Amino acid sequence: MTAGFLIASAFLASAVEFVEALTIVLAAGVSRGWRSALAGLGAATLALTVIVAALGPALTRIPISALRLVVGALLLAFGLQWLRKAILRASGFKALHDEEAIFAQELAEARAAGKEERAGLDWYGFTLAFKGVLLEGLEVAFIVITFGSAQGRIDLAALGAGAALVLVAVVGVAVRAPLARVPENTMKFAVGTMLTTFGIFWSTEGAGAHWPGSDAALPAIVAFVLLLSFGAVTLLRRRRLSFSAA
Amino acid sequence: MRRLAQFGHFWWDFVVGDDWRAAAGIALAIGITAAIAAEGIAAWWFMPVAVAAVLWLSLRRAADNEYTRP
Repeated sequence: MTAGFLIASAFLASAVEFVEALTIVLAAGVSRGWRSALAGLGAATLALTVIVAALGPALTRIPISALRLVVGALLLAFGLQWLRKAILRASGFKALHDEEAIFAQELAEARAAGKEERAGLDWYGFTLAFKGVLLEGLEVAFIVITFGSAQGRIDLAALGAGAALVLVAVVGVAVRAPLARVPENTMKFAVGTMLTTFGIFWSTEGAGAHWPGSDAALPAIVAFVLLLSFGAVTLLRRRRLSFSAA
Repeated sequence: MRRLAQFGHFWWDFVVGDDWRAAAGIALAIGITAAIAAEGIAAWWFMPVAVAAVLWLSLRRAADNEYTRP
């Protein structure tokens, strides 16, 4: 059960971030040339690989209870950020993520930027793709490392992230357009739920408390987080209606 | 110095996000859970309750800000 959760969480979190990274790389490629955009993508992928390779083994040296406390706190911080955004979008307080609008904006900014060449590359296109992939990928790298290390299965988390990368890359190359039809908010909701669930579980264990039934408590925590989230969406929708009526 | 500030700002934004009060609430909740557990009392129930409270207060703040923004 936890192995499935682990792979699914890493897959969904990675897919959301890779879709956003694809939009930026597409904008850089279309407006500034593919050579610079792909060089930026390659350099960022290399930087992310170095970060994962350096942090992954370092984390395994930390005692497990301390690791679970830190990982639990980090997952809760990430999970609540994802859930918060997803709930605010689902209840209408925030606009839904629109990849086509973001693509159009990035494209306009990239076309308006001046031409500067460094190392034979269009520097704007390179840095746009590099920064986009690095920043979107960093969250994925942290989720893979923290999630995987607390379970002792970084390989499974990396498998989920790798599958998402391949899927988004294949679909991106096939359609050569921003993936606007991906149900991003639903995916963010699912990932936020999983990260928050494991964050609650591990931060509690790391703080020295123990769950009744140990791992068997996880489905109950998932149900609790889901109930909490749907309840929050319902209450916020009512709140928005009351604001609108006032 | 500017780069150091940018680096610090990036990590703050990355880990803490839009609502520092939520992150502080989670840190406080972990501390209280540890304190209850150290007394030998069952403490597993505290984090879910704290997360529910922190999330709801954070959402309410964000929702109210949307409507009070000039």
